[in-house]
Amino acid sequence: MSGLKVLSAGPLMSVQDMGRPGLLERGISQGGAADVLALAEGAGLLSQGAGLAALEMGGIGGTFEAVGTLRIALTGAPMTATLDGVALTWNASHLVEAGQKLVIGAARRGVYGYLHLGGGIDTDRFLGSRAAHLTGGIGQAVTEGDLLPAGQDAQRETGLGLEVEDRFSGGALRIVKSFQSSLFADDVLARFGDTQFNRGVRANRMGVEMVSDGEGFSAAGQLNILSEVIVPGDVQMTGDGKPFVLLRECQTTGGYPRIGTVLPCDLARVAQSGNGAALQFEWVSLEDGLAIQAKHDAFVKSLPGQCQPLIRDPLDMADLLSYQLVGGAVSANADPFESGENT
Amino acid sequence: MGVQESSNFPVIRTVGLQGLLVTFADKLSEPSNRAALAFQGALEQRLMTGVIETSTSLASVFVRFDPSELSHDVLREQLQGLLADRDWYAAPLPEGRRFWRVPTVYGTDLAPQLAEAADAAGMTEAQAIDSLGSARVRVLTIGFAASQPYLGTLGEEWDLPRQTELTPMVPQGALVQAIRQFVLFTAPAPTGWRHVGQTGMRLFRPEMEHPFALRAGDELIFEPVARADFLRLREGDPLNGGASVSEIAS
Repeated sequence: MSGLKVLSAGPLMSVQDMGRPGLLERGISQGGAADVLALAEGAGLLSQGAGLAALEMGGIGGTFEAVGTLRIALTGAPMTATLDGVALTWNASHLVEAGQKLVIGAARRGVYGYLHLGGGIDTDRFLGSRAAHLTGGIGQAVTEGDLLPAGQDAQRETGLGLEVEDRFSGGALRIVKSFQSSLFADDVLARFGDTQFNRGVRANRMGVEMVSDGEGFSAAGQLNILSEVIVPGDVQMTGDGKPFVLLRECQTTGGYPRIGTVLPCDLARVAQSGNGAALQFEWVSLEDGLAIQAKHDAFVKSLPGQCQPLIRDPLDMADLLSYQLVGGAVSANADPFESGENT
Repeated sequence: MGVQESSNFPVIRTVGLQGLLVTFADKLSEPSNRAALAFQGALEQRLMTGVIETSTSLASVFVRFDPSELSHDVLREQLQGLLADRDWYAAPLPEGRRFWRVPTVYGTDLAPQLAEAADAAGMTEAQAIDSLGSARVRVLTIGFAASQPYLGTLGEEWDLPRQTELTPMVPQGALVQAIRQFVLFTAPAPTGWRHVGQTGMRLFRPEMEHPFALRAGDELIFEPVARADFLRLREGDPLNGGASVSEIAS
């Protein structure tokens, strides 16, 4: 069996996948990776399914030793990464030989970095998923001494890279009105869209605090509203009118009113905004929101086709002679999902 | 106050991009809670392609769906049709319900906000313990965290608002109170409700074959016990803290 042995681990490291839909009725939110776009990117780079589990690393990575030979990919918040001391490209896939040491350092931008294994991380599933849901009491953080076993890897290609748009430095969050928006006065809704926020210090996989100057954003009858369903993206106002954007590991119900719901495609930007990053909310209609989300979904589906062989400078290639430079070359335009040769 | 007060219930509204919510009332009541439970049961019998899941809250049913497979308009029409099918407010409670008696410490260092809650309800601490400790409450819905119940309905005197500031952390098994309800906490968490009692119930047991202790419709009494007795019970029964359970004949 191949995998990665964890020699040291940052404090916020856990196995994540797309989470557990279907358990809202039991009080368990879907959870899963804070940045699911990073999961799709890793799946594209390794030509495998986006439902496989990867290692999520909050703020800082760790040190790993390869057991057996395996493929890896690195996505999400860019972190420093080396393999036996040689720098690795982020947003790319790499081959790791047995016994090699992978060191992943601090995030240079953003919050959550992801380490993917060819074949996915093959830990046991619970209620249909391998994702840790720590606030829900499911699973555990990954710590020193753990082994991350790799699943059966049907592919061989490595050395692919992906151009990734910056979602790690704040920016605009598209938001639609939701069933409690009408509890807020029109001028409060307008002011909310005009306000410049910064990510606050209270932030985790459940939600992210937004801070701003000036008065808070309160609803009428704020403290006596019936507890209602919560979905990821909901912007909840606590008692003092401070907004929290709730993420995939949020509670399933709550009584503090929600001013609106950030589009699913913009949630990675919320989760990945570092402390102090500037963020604004941009109201969009339901119709426009659906169109924006559909466009994003199509983009995610196109990711595997966008992965291209990394262009390397031969002078940087100390092991040049070990490369097979002619035979077995792959076309930059080949789509591994189309050709079927990798399945 | 907008939609919530001006509309005739039941009302169907959007929840973000991918959800619709059918709400039977804007205040907690016995008929609206029964309506939500029964409507969800009926909906589960005839799910449309594209529906991901349904869940109930106190007086609402939530439908999560994939708008690329099922449009808002088509789902809304189906929900409207089902609403017109019968008088949901007159529906019976679900079958197979259970009754739990849960030993509970009120006040002391284990539940430090009893005095504050009693004061807000206009009672002495002893009166508050009598009142809360004799109320037979029902699981109105499961939510917030895994297997965590909202319980009600308590008398009018317990219609207390949430706190403006969050309590940073209450422990597993904490019994908290606001707006004529209790919540019994599954796991340590921050809350805006007041921590009035402490139980030894562990509601979510991921290591067990049946990980979820309670179901919507179950009934509970939080019976007052002395602090020393509670600690003994919790040590002897780390799963339920000495709680007993029996079937409710339907």
